[in-house]
Amino acid sequence: MSRQQAQKVVVAIITAVAALVVIPIILVIAFIVIQGIGAISWEFLTTMPRNGMREGGIMPAILGTVLLTFGTFIACIPLAIGTAIYLAEYAGENRLTRWVRLAIVNLAGIPSIVYGLFGLGAFVLFMKLGTSIIAGSLTLGIMTLPVVISTAEEAILAVPQRFRVVSLSLGATRWQTIRHQVLPHALPGILTGVILGLSRAAGETAPLLFTVAAFYLPDLPASLFDQTMALPYHLYVISTQVPDMPVSIQYGTALVLLLFVLSLTLVAAIVRTRMRRRREW
Amino acid sequence: MKLLQRWKVVPDSDDSVIEQLRERLSNLRIRDVWEFFIERLIWLSGISMIVIVALIFLFLLREGSAAFLDIPLRQLFGRRWYPIEGIFGIWPLIVGSILVTAGAIAIAIPLGLITAIYIGEIAPDWQRDLLKPIIEVLAGIPSIVLGFLGWIALAPLIQRLGAPTGLTIFTGSLILAYMSLPTIISISEDALYAVPKSYRNGALAIGATQWQTIWRVVLPAARSGLVIAIMLGIGRAIGETMAVMLVTGNAANIPDLTPGLIFQPARTMTATIAAEMGEVAQGSLHYSVLFGIGIILFVITFAINSIASRLVGVQEAGQRQKRG
Repeated sequence: MSRQQAQKVVVAIITAVAALVVIPIILVIAFIVIQGIGAISWEFLTTMPRNGMREGGIMPAILGTVLLTFGTFIACIPLAIGTAIYLAEYAGENRLTRWVRLAIVNLAGIPSIVYGLFGLGAFVLFMKLGTSIIAGSLTLGIMTLPVVISTAEEAILAVPQRFRVVSLSLGATRWQTIRHQVLPHALPGILTGVILGLSRAAGETAPLLFTVAAFYLPDLPASLFDQTMALPYHLYVISTQVPDMPVSIQYGTALVLLLFVLSLTLVAAIVRTRMRRRREW
Repeated sequence: MKLLQRWKVVPDSDDSVIEQLRERLSNLRIRDVWEFFIERLIWLSGISMIVIVALIFLFLLREGSAAFLDIPLRQLFGRRWYPIEGIFGIWPLIVGSILVTAGAIAIAIPLGLITAIYIGEIAPDWQRDLLKPIIEVLAGIPSIVLGFLGWIALAPLIQRLGAPTGLTIFTGSLILAYMSLPTIISISEDALYAVPKSYRNGALAIGATQWQTIWRVVLPAARSGLVIAIMLGIGRAIGETMAVMLVTGNAANIPDLTPGLIFQPARTMTATIAAEMGEVAQGSLHYSVLFGIGIILFVITFAINSIASRLVGVQEAGQRQKRG
C-alpha cells in the first residue's frame, strides 16, 4: 500500500470515528425530543403532581430548578467576578497566584457528589441552614465558581491594553479604569461564562441530594429555608424510585430538563457571537 | 486653606475657588479610601479560592475522619461491604470505580483523540463550526438525563446482547465515556492547535502525506497536552455519580475475573455515597464511612488535577524555551 493510499484509508477511518462520536449525540437529543414531546402540555408544565406523581404536572420541580438557578447566580457572582478581576488585573507572577490558580483547577475537578457532602457538612449541619434552598444554592454556587472565573478572566484579558493605558493616563485610578473601561467591555464575555456555569448547575443532581432536594412536597416552598423539588432530582426519583411510573412522564420530564439546560447554553452562545460581531477593536 | 491664603497661592477674595479646592480634596480622600477598600476585597476573593478548597477538605475530614480512626484499616479496605451488619469494607467500591472508569477511558481515549484530530486537522471549516457546538451540547446534557436514557433504553439493548442483566460495568463505561469526551476532545484539540503551523509546513514540504505529518510530527509535539486531556478525562469519569448509579446495577461485590467481567454489575464509590447517605443516621459509623469515601475521592481528583496542572506549567515553560 502506497503512502497516498494509506493517507486515504486513515482519513476515512478518522472520519468514521468522528461520526461515531457525533451521531449518537444527535440521536440522543432526537430520541428524547420524540419520546417526550407528547407528554408536554400546558397542564404538564403548570400543575402539581397527582396520584403519587404518576399523573399531573411537574410545576414544583420546574419552579425549584428556577429558584436554585437564581440562588446559584447570587451565590457565585461576587466571588467569581472578584477572583477573575484579581487574576486578570492584579495578580503578579508569584507563588500566591499559582496557589490560587491551582485551587481553581482543583475546584473544577472535585466530583459533584463530594460538593454534596461538603454542602451537607458545612451549610446544612455546621451553619444549621437545614436542607433548604439556601444551602443548595450555596453548594451549587461554589461548584459553579471555576467555570465562571475562567471565562470571566478570559473576557477581561481580551480587553485591549490600550484602553487601560489611556484611562490611566487621564488620571483615573486602577479601580476606576477597571470599573469604567475594562468591565463594560468584558461584560458580554463574563455573561457568557455566567450563563454557561448556571446551565451546568441547573442540570446537577448529586449536589442537591443531601442539601435541598425533596422527594415530593405537597406545597410550594414558602421561604429560602424550605426544601424544594428540582427537575434533575425529580427525574431521578420518578425513573427509579416510583413503581408503575408512566414512561411518558419520565421522558417529558427529561425533555423539559434538557430544554431548560440547552436553552441556557444557547443563550450563552448567542451572547458570545453578538459580542464578537459588535467588538470594535 | 488659611495657609494657602496667607502664602498668596489662592487670592483671599475668591471664595469659590477655595470651595472647589476643598471639595476636590475631600473627594480625593473618599476616592482613595474606596479604592483601598475595593482592592482589598478583590484580593480577598482571590485568596478565598484557596480557603474554599481547604474548607471542603476540612469539612470532609470533620465528618469522615472517624471512619479512618475507628475502623482498623485492614477492615476498612476489606472485601465485604455490608453496612447493615456494620461491615464496612470499601474495596469492592474502589474496584467498581476503577473498572467502570478504566472501561470508560478505554473507549473514550481512541474516540476522543481521533475526533480531536478530525476537528483540528482534517475537517473543513464549515464542519468544524458544526462539530464544536455539538460537542458543547454533549457537555451540557445533564448526567441524570444520560443516566435515565441508559437505564430505560441502553440497558435493555445490552441485555439483548446476551448479558444476564443490562445494568453492567460496560453500560456504565459506555455512558461515562461519552460524558468525558467533551473534556478530552476540547483539551486535546487545544494541544493540537498549539503546535506551530511551521512544523506541519516543514513536514509537508519534504513530501510527507497529511497522515504522516499528523502521526510523526503533530502528535508527538502535542504529546504532553494529550496526556493532560486523558488525565482530566479520567478525573471527570471517576467522579461521575448519577449516570453510573442508574446503569451499573449497584451490586457491591468484587466482580469475578472472567472474560465476561465487563458484563457484570458493579458499584462505584460515588454511587454508594449517593444511594446510602439519605438513609444513615447522622454521626453514625456508616455516615462517617460515606464521608471517608468522599475524602478518598477528593484526594484522588486533587492529585490528578494538581499533577495535570503541573504538566501544563512544564508544557508552557517548554514552549517559552522553544520560542526564546
